[in-house]
Amino acid sequence: MSKEPTSSILLQAGTMLGLSSLKFPPVVKTEINLVLVLVTVLGFWTRLRNLSYPRAVVFDEVYYGQFVSLYMKRVFFVDESGPPLGHMILAFGAYLGGFDGNFPWNRIGAEYPSSMSVWGLRLLPAVCGALCVPLAYLLQLELGSSHYAALGASLLILMENSLIVQSRFMLLESVLIFFQLLSFFSYWRFYNASNSCSRYLWLIVAASSCAGAVGVKYVGVFTYLLLLGIASVHTWQLIGQRAVSHLRVFVECGCRAVCLVVLPVLLYVFCFYVHLTVLRHSGPHDQLMSSAFQASLEGGLSRITRGQPLEVAYGSQVTLRSSASQTIPCWLHSHKANYPIRYEDGRGSSHQQQVTCYPFKDVNNWWIIKDPGRQELVVNTPPRPVRHGDVIQLLHGMTSRFLNSHDVAAPMSPHAQEVSGYIDFNVSMVMQNLWRVDISNREAESEVWKTIVSDVRLVHVNTSAALKLSGGTLPEWGFGQLEVVADRVSRAHHSSLVWNVEEHRYGTSHEQKEREVELHSPTHIDVHPNISFLSKFIELQRKMLTVKQEESEHKYSSCPLEWISMTTNIVYWLHHSTNAQIHLIGNLVSWGMANLSLAAYQLLALWYLLRRRRAIRDIPEASWCQFQRVGVVCVGGWLVNFLPFFLMENTLFLYHYLPAYTFLLQLLPAVLEHAHTHLLSGKSQHRAGCVSAFAGLYSVYLCYKSFSPLTYGSPEMSANQLQALRWQPSWDILYRRP
Amino acid sequence: MAKDEEDLTALRQRKTCLISENKQTLHTPLPEAQSNRLENEDDKQASNGTSCWTERSITPPGAQPPNTILVLLVLGLSFATRFYKLAEPPHICWDETHFGKMGSYYINRTFFFDVHPPLGKILIGLAGYMTGYDGTFPFVKPGDKYGHHNYWGMRGFCAALGSSLPVFAYFIVLELSHSNSAALIAAALLIFDTGSITISQYILLDPILMFFIMGAVLSMVKFNQQKSRPFGASWWLWLLLTGVNLSGAIGVKFVGLFVILLVGLNTAGDLWALLGDLQLSLVDVAKHLLARVTGLILLPLLLYVTVFAVHFAVLNKSGPGDGFFSSAFQSRLIGNNLHNASMPKYLAYGSTITVKNLRIAGGYLHSHWHLYPEGVGAKQQQVTAYLHKDYNNLWLVHKPDDGQDHPKTPELVRHGDIVRLEHKETTRNLHSHLQEAPMTRKHSQVTGYGINGSGDSNDLWRLEVCGGRRGDPVKVLRSKVRFLHVATGCVLYSSGKTLPKWGWEQVEVTCSPYLKETPNSQWNIEDHINPKLPNISLSVLKPHFLEILLESHIVMIRGNSGLKPKDSEINSRPWHWPINYQGLRFSGVNETEYRVYLLGNPVTWWLNLACLGLYAVMVAVASIALQRDVHLGQKRREHCWVLMRGGGQLVLGWLLHYAPFYTMGRILYYHHYFPAMLFSSMLTGLTLDTLLHSADLFLSPPRADWLLRLGQMALLFSVLYSFYIFHPLSYGMRGPLAHEPGSAMAGLKWMDSWEF
Repeated sequence: MSKEPTSSILLQAGTMLGLSSLKFPPVVKTEINLVLVLVTVLGFWTRLRNLSYPRAVVFDEVYYGQFVSLYMKRVFFVDESGPPLGHMILAFGAYLGGFDGNFPWNRIGAEYPSSMSVWGLRLLPAVCGALCVPLAYLLQLELGSSHYAALGASLLILMENSLIVQSRFMLLESVLIFFQLLSFFSYWRFYNASNSCSRYLWLIVAASSCAGAVGVKYVGVFTYLLLLGIASVHTWQLIGQRAVSHLRVFVECGCRAVCLVVLPVLLYVFCFYVHLTVLRHSGPHDQLMSSAFQASLEGGLSRITRGQPLEVAYGSQVTLRSSASQTIPCWLHSHKANYPIRYEDGRGSSHQQQVTCYPFKDVNNWWIIKDPGRQELVVNTPPRPVRHGDVIQLLHGMTSRFLNSHDVAAPMSPHAQEVSGYIDFNVSMVMQNLWRVDISNREAESEVWKTIVSDVRLVHVNTSAALKLSGGTLPEWGFGQLEVVADRVSRAHHSSLVWNVEEHRYGTSHEQKEREVELHSPTHIDVHPNISFLSKFIELQRKMLTVKQEESEHKYSSCPLEWISMTTNIVYWLHHSTNAQIHLIGNLVSWGMANLSLAAYQLLALWYLLRRRRAIRDIPEASWCQFQRVGVVCVGGWLVNFLPFFLMENTLFLYHYLPAYTFLLQLLPAVLEHAHTHLLSGKSQHRAGCVSAFAGLYSVYLCYKSFSPLTYGSPEMSANQLQALRWQPSWDILYRRP
Repeated sequence: MAKDEEDLTALRQRKTCLISENKQTLHTPLPEAQSNRLENEDDKQASNGTSCWTERSITPPGAQPPNTILVLLVLGLSFATRFYKLAEPPHICWDETHFGKMGSYYINRTFFFDVHPPLGKILIGLAGYMTGYDGTFPFVKPGDKYGHHNYWGMRGFCAALGSSLPVFAYFIVLELSHSNSAALIAAALLIFDTGSITISQYILLDPILMFFIMGAVLSMVKFNQQKSRPFGASWWLWLLLTGVNLSGAIGVKFVGLFVILLVGLNTAGDLWALLGDLQLSLVDVAKHLLARVTGLILLPLLLYVTVFAVHFAVLNKSGPGDGFFSSAFQSRLIGNNLHNASMPKYLAYGSTITVKNLRIAGGYLHSHWHLYPEGVGAKQQQVTAYLHKDYNNLWLVHKPDDGQDHPKTPELVRHGDIVRLEHKETTRNLHSHLQEAPMTRKHSQVTGYGINGSGDSNDLWRLEVCGGRRGDPVKVLRSKVRFLHVATGCVLYSSGKTLPKWGWEQVEVTCSPYLKETPNSQWNIEDHINPKLPNISLSVLKPHFLEILLESHIVMIRGNSGLKPKDSEINSRPWHWPINYQGLRFSGVNETEYRVYLLGNPVTWWLNLACLGLYAVMVAVASIALQRDVHLGQKRREHCWVLMRGGGQLVLGWLLHYAPFYTMGRILYYHHYFPAMLFSSMLTGLTLDTLLHSADLFLSPPRADWLLRLGQMALLFSVLYSFYIFHPLSYGMRGPLAHEPGSAMAGLKWMDSWEF
């Protein structure tokens, strides 16, 4: 430690190139900072050592693993937890390692088969985690700290058990942290560089890594916003420089805007493009998407709908899918069962045939579109298409009942009208079965009703109520199917009112028996619906943001306030027979010191601010600027990665704190250095400062060392040793009773 | 007061002249104070690299005093528009059913629960009381006829508060822009906005809330104007008035917090400027700080607590709100069975008890002679949580090995003891085992098992007092206890999910493996019967005021966040609001009914929306011009300051009253936007006025002046005309709906989403 940290050696390399026109001999001068090399090597050693151990599924690998498998099989999926870049990076690692996607990913602790390259699965996150160590060094330098402080920052990251654990498995936090650090480092590199065009390369790197951070996890967006904020303050200062010409200011602002705003957006969209290009087979989450989207995937719906006639005509046989924004899809359905004469609450019904929405494909989902003026149920040649504004009747294919609505309260939503399959009981309840077709996404007034693409509202002619999925569930007499009503509310565009034709064929049978056979047979004719990438992207992005994660309790979930004091931990893996185990536990010493440095920084900043306001300058201007920079990046980075979690409603874990904590950790050496330069005076005080810094670093090392069995999962420890490691009473450390 | 105002204007003008002189002749020797200040500012600019425009106090020479005729006109028009057809319709409209009812509760002194703080409803109750309403109207549901009951007093009170909003807006904009025309535009936008009229005409909290919000902003702006005479009488007056209005705003709805933030930010900026003023000694700065702490923190806090004190003092009878509160709280209420009750203080073996869950509206631990149906865990007796008082809620506390004989003096149950709970009616033991719970699949099922005290080891529960230590006795009513299942280590838990028909739609009780302390897993002992122990009066256990205050706040906050939108319900989203996407039905649905529809005047609202964008552009241009040090005339410079300072405060107000709704999980309604809309309208006044006055940037003086007049006329006309065509929204529509032929609103349904 006492060696010169800037000990860089000058390498001269002379290479002979056979061209006489060049200066001879051509000389390449390289400066290598050995300290930086050393910490990088140490970073790789701590992160990559014995990476394939344990050969078992560790914690959230079970979650990301299934997506990796789906990538390998190129099967489409929707993951609401984050954008696809992170998953793609993991999948890329798996691809390099030769993983074929055949692993069930069913429980934590399941053993990987020996043929699988566990190393490949875990390599990329580990490399990202390792690179964070030198990045911390470089970032600290760009912020204006000395090499000592930079070394301190990188060592703290190096010996942070929680970061090591999180990097060593197929998880995304280390990738996120890598992008965040890279973006800040390259932005400050850009800012500090002299006025040359090549510095814009650094800005492009910064912008790309911002896009990377957002692409890995949504929380990355807050880092991006912070960086944008810093950049706009700098740009504002540039605008204020009156010596610079208007044109130059204008060009510079334009370049920065393109690099920092346009480029990240394009990159983000691009990663979706790759995602959608790679995943072209239909899969388990198809049903979340619209019919058009599904039809663009291979297999699944597209196999059914390929070659369906596009234009819905009189006599068409169709299934009508509700576009309601809920996770389960359903189709308009009817069956041979009537509404009960009286409901439980005493209200009466029409006792006509039930009409429901049914979440499974069924032959009873087929309806026939009939022209009210004619009798026949087949499609003429040429077909007469149904257009926006046309009045139709809908005949249930299997039971031949007309879709009907009338002024009877619906079973579960009494404020709305009942919808039924009409049965004439001769009780002066007239048939009201005319429906007007209202295509809400039409482009022309007489637009033809198209399969899959047209969003249609069916408006009841007599009462101007629209067919609607109420959201209620019918009780036992309705077989737990979803309630369909007609609601008079003419709210403009609500998805529960909208239906689209999913399966479709032109009816050809005149007789009911024939027709039943026809309905049972699969659809056949051929057309292909096209959907552009952009609309697919928008739909997928919206789905990912709106699908609600189910609120679930988890044994190791925690709340943000617990993270500061690290009163919580997570058991990642436990050996099936021994006490070997892996925990997400941070380095308690550096954790505490980082918190202290945060408090110290805030007090100092407040003190300086108040004093400067009274025109008392305690420190030189340059130091004050550096002090501000460190604060903006470290405290700012901590805040933007921490505060948003207080507003989030999903289940939170300690690892969500790691990005914020990485920033906080960098504050400590900067604050120490500041104290050393400005607050301590006299030789003895300086010496004491250095000694305590070393002592602190040494205790961080000791703490790292004592927890490393829980970090690497080996060597195995005895129950007593494990108990001794329970430094916080709230930690959950498992051991087998001897 | 009028004299004061005059003096002040004179002073302001004097000072202005001085400053403008300084600006023009900077090379002449300045008075020492001035030069000091200038130096300081220049210095700062140099060091920070950014301009600190907030610190420059510039009062433009164009400052206009309020025009009495205009003020009277605004006042008259706003009262006229708000009071016109006030008594129509003579039935309950929309949320009147809640707030009118709560007003009646105050008159009847019956305890109730609401998610908002009490001030608004106290005022409504008071207004009703003063105008002779006797509190007997039941306010059952919207549409009920008031009949002979005197409801106009309460409506009139709200309308009066609502009528003062345009006047407040006039004064605020005048202070911020120093332009009568800007103030007039803002006031006109509000006077003729159908939405603001409608929301002011009924018994609602919103007019009261907005009154306090605008009052606070006005007092703050006026207070800022008193800068030159600190600690003077009017300085104190406006400071204290700000405080009073703040407490009023937060006392009506928690949304008042946003205006507190606005005032807080403004005050912080103000203090920061004072600190930077090297003319002031630190003692002076401390005085300023203390004055603001007193006026803006302590005073509002005191008033706010007083409101609650009044609330609890007035409502002393048991009523519909009891069940939301803890047992201890209920013991305060006359008519509640816990009132003046007496029971043994500490839980003992052999006692008969009821156990209440600590979740809000958590039920009593309950069992009955019914088994879980086939397929739902083991077919044993059901255990549920039940909200009503019933003898099936009674349980006996036994020791695990207990026969039926008890010693003479019963032994107390202590923290950590293992107990067996026997259901008194069915003699089954509270039991759990490793079977799935009926609704919450990850938890274990809880049943009643065994008979007459016989059972198995799964009937044993370890009782723990939350925050207690080994050996602590269990206090009736006050102790929070948890029941940990000895055999499986799970904790007795009430999930809040309703069981299906077979469970009589009572609430599910489970045994949760997650041992986090949540109210769902905490219980308290409510009734406690043990003839062998001496009873003590529960008045000893009565919580004191601060505890009630805290509890009612927790209950309110939880209640607020519990107002989740149901999936099937169409929820209003914040982005709907500024574009006036969809209103709210106040009264009536179909053709024959008298319909009132809460919807802003679309012309006004869309103008507001456009002006937000316009403002952003103008302020960007202005600040870039200043930052690049483009040469600007005196007048232009003042426009820039008005835009950046005055407009800045209004935009901040708008943002603070609008942006937080994006983060709220609770159900949202269109009317939540109205406070923000007030700020937006004021900003429109300021922006358009500045824009029109900047016409001479492009045009020569006489033409620019014509354009200014023309613009003002066009604006006034469009607001008036749109009000004329949309006024039936507020003053009632009958007959066919807008999309049907023969409607009075024909052709006015400009957006499909409007429902009139």
